[in-house]
Amino acid sequence: MSAPTEAKEPLITPEMRATIGVEGRSTTQEVDRTMVRLFARATGHTDPVYYDVDAAKAAGYRDLPCPPGFLGTPIFNPGAPRMDPTAAMGPQPSRPLRRILNGGTEIEYLADICAGDVLTSATHTSDLEETKGSIGEMLVVTSKTVYKRDGEVVAISTGKLIRY
Amino acid sequence: MTLKVGDKHEAVVIEKVSRTHTTKYAGASGDYNPLHHDDGVAQGLAGYPSIFAHGMLSMGLTGRMLTDWLGPVALRKFGVRFTRQVWPGDTLTSKGEVISVGEYNGEPVATIKVWTENQNGEAVVEGEAVALNA
Repeated sequence: MSAPTEAKEPLITPEMRATIGVEGRSTTQEVDRTMVRLFARATGHTDPVYYDVDAAKAAGYRDLPCPPGFLGTPIFNPGAPRMDPTAAMGPQPSRPLRRILNGGTEIEYLADICAGDVLTSATHTSDLEETKGSIGEMLVVTSKTVYKRDGEVVAISTGKLIRY
Repeated sequence: MTLKVGDKHEAVVIEKVSRTHTTKYAGASGDYNPLHHDDGVAQGLAGYPSIFAHGMLSMGLTGRMLTDWLGPVALRKFGVRFTRQVWPGDTLTSKGEVISVGEYNGEPVATIKVWTENQNGEAVVEGEAVALNA
């Protein structure tokens, strides 16, 4: 297969670059016992600290601790005003990219998070990169979400989405 | 438990991934992307051979190997890359090995290389964890 001869315009537009660092809308996540148990079950945990409040307290936790990868559940309210989904995606690349893969996630824990906690979080795009790989041209979008409890940062999640 | 460089742990974290597993994870995480439960969408719209598991399910399973080894809230940092998709029928084994010990934010910690392999020995998750080591 021969490479295209004409130089392609970059996927990343100036409008996209302008979104780097701009904090998105703040959302609220509840960490509650039922969801901790449901998440623990879905990821196969058998340690009773994720299910039994007495076991959690006996092990020194305030309440059921969050299993790795769980940072609360956003509150769903069908009556709340909805954002236009295309607006929520932000400015789009110069050529349409149909597929999306999760390229990776890192969570930094700055405090223990347990059932009963209410977290607020806001996400911003921290980096945009275009590259070529085995799956063709790719746009790698890095975003950071900062989770706070009573104003204190308790976790920072950094995610990479690959669009291609 | 005090960890030292070279300490290792591994565990089978899921056997024969099924649509029930991905549906459970969808409900628990709130990620209802149909690519993870609806073969029609995965094949028709996106051209995949079938549904595949959420990357974050693999991360959660890999995390379970760590918390079973180290305790529920020992983790200070846990980061992974998803290097290969996980398909129905796959069986995953998560592995960890301590690569250094030191301090992080004033606490004694161990840095652990983590990875999860499918039944063919191919890595589906690769990453690193920093855990309290006291």
